[in-house]
Amino acid sequence: MPSSTKKKSAIKPSVRLPFFGCAVSCGFPSPADDYIEKKLDLNEYLIDKPSATFFVRVAGDSMIGVGIYPDDLLIVDRSKEPRNKSIVLAVVNGEFTVKRYICRNSKITLKAENPAYQDIVIVEGMQFEVVGVCTNVIHSLK
Amino acid sequence: MITSRIPSSATPLVFALVDGNSFYCSCERVFNPSLNNQPVIVLSNNDGCAVSRSDEAKALGIKMGDPLHLIKDIVQRNRVRVYSSNYALYGDLSARMMSTLAQFTPEMEVYSIDEAFLSLDGFGERDLNEYAREIRRVVRRDTGIPTAIGIGPTKVLAKVANRVAKKNNRNNGVLNMCSRATQDEVLNVLPVADVWGIGARSAAKLNSVGVHTAKQFRDADLDAMQKLLTIVGRRIVMELRGQSCLALEMIQEDRKQIVSSKSFGRPVYTLAELQEAVANYVTRACEKLRRQDGICHTMSVFVQTNRFKDAPQYYNSGMIKMDMGTASTVRLIAAANRVLEQIFREGIEYKKAGVILSDIRPSASIQFSLFDNQQQHAQDAKVMKVMDAINARMGRNALKVGACGNVSSNEVPAWEMKAKMRTPCYTTRWADLLKVK
Repeated sequence: MPSSTKKKSAIKPSVRLPFFGCAVSCGFPSPADDYIEKKLDLNEYLIDKPSATFFVRVAGDSMIGVGIYPDDLLIVDRSKEPRNKSIVLAVVNGEFTVKRYICRNSKITLKAENPAYQDIVIVEGMQFEVVGVCTNVIHSLK
Repeated sequence: MITSRIPSSATPLVFALVDGNSFYCSCERVFNPSLNNQPVIVLSNNDGCAVSRSDEAKALGIKMGDPLHLIKDIVQRNRVRVYSSNYALYGDLSARMMSTLAQFTPEMEVYSIDEAFLSLDGFGERDLNEYAREIRRVVRRDTGIPTAIGIGPTKVLAKVANRVAKKNNRNNGVLNMCSRATQDEVLNVLPVADVWGIGARSAAKLNSVGVHTAKQFRDADLDAMQKLLTIVGRRIVMELRGQSCLALEMIQEDRKQIVSSKSFGRPVYTLAELQEAVANYVTRACEKLRRQDGICHTMSVFVQTNRFKDAPQYYNSGMIKMDMGTASTVRLIAAANRVLEQIFREGIEYKKAGVILSDIRPSASIQFSLFDNQQQHAQDAKVMKVMDAINARMGRNALKVGACGNVSSNEVPAWEMKAKMRTPCYTTRWADLLKVK
């Protein structure tokens, strides 16, 4: 049933049709008609690869230093490889965490952006995986 | 419609079967990494039987389809993590997996929720293995789902290769069966019952004539095999020999029959409750029917008791032929109610009910007889179109037929399925998003 399951995808490619200002052919055509472009779509702005992009909700204040607050929405792209200083969603010993990824001399540290939190230094024997790179944060002003 | 490729002698055909390992369990693990390396099972509808098992759960001896109440001891002793099926989540991750796979080939057949055949013609053997490993890596990275990949010159051989790749974890989940040597080696130890398309009955027939392994089956006389197992058997033999008979089916055929049936969460005794449940099943079935732009001319409704319970047993079904083909939820619910009134018996403990829409044709094919009400048909179609549009925008069941019952969110009707251990719909509901610190 792939056709029905596809419809359930959270990230639907949406199609917006442009509104044509000139409906009556006998009148003077709107001078803007030549400049009609497609509507702006936030999916396109925020998401490179829909099939690898997931949304998660922020639950803590360990990253407030970079403007990631509790209840914010984070956009995570699993297909992106983390670079030094990327903000990543990682799994450490079976738990998800959002931190800044620091890789120096092949030593990995997950750094919080809040002085109240300690860095997590990844050492041998820890279960560790970078799930994806956080590409955007959506913070509501309501 | 079936799209097939014309085999040319210049480039041999190559098929890859990619499938998600213990797919439902893997989906649960994507959002709960503490489940990694733990035994996990996912239950069927209504929390009945194990339908997906992690490797750790398989190692404990839990079999496909084992009813939960029979494996309670194993589950408790080994702290097996048990989940109700979460089809919204599995469907979404399946769609992601399929669109990731589609990046690797122009031709692909989505075979099931967790399997797809890919056409990989034109790669050299070494490149092919490397490419398959790359496919696995990217699917795992982008979706979190681990896969196994079987490669072969036919779909049947690709399916065999996939099975062995999964079982032995050989070559990191990739097995290429394009070479004759590998085919001989693998088929020699594969029971014929494990070949795709060979069911228990066919396997018994083959065993009775001394065919036990897949290799014996491959090397058997073609005509004798056709005599034993019809043309279907002949095709499987040819596929095992590396001659492709089954092409990629890239366009899904419309369904000829639509079934919607479920077991109830707890026993149902009254006609009113049965009617409400069936009205909901008809609603689902009609949505599917309209999605393929069809109309149905026949509907069957059935009710049954719990076979496993020591109580009076009852099964009955009734069929109704529609005067005029229809896809209208309203008309089919009314028809289902008439059937239910006929087959309902007082004092019975009902466990399950369902509807089957059949005699399905494209809606454009409708032919009106002299006595048919064309206007009514057009009106029905319009109403359903509006209903589908509203539900597409506002969510499933935003607008429904009154017969489906009016259930507030904190009150579960008796016929609603059990899904006590269902995880949140992490990818399809805003309120259910994963929370991270």
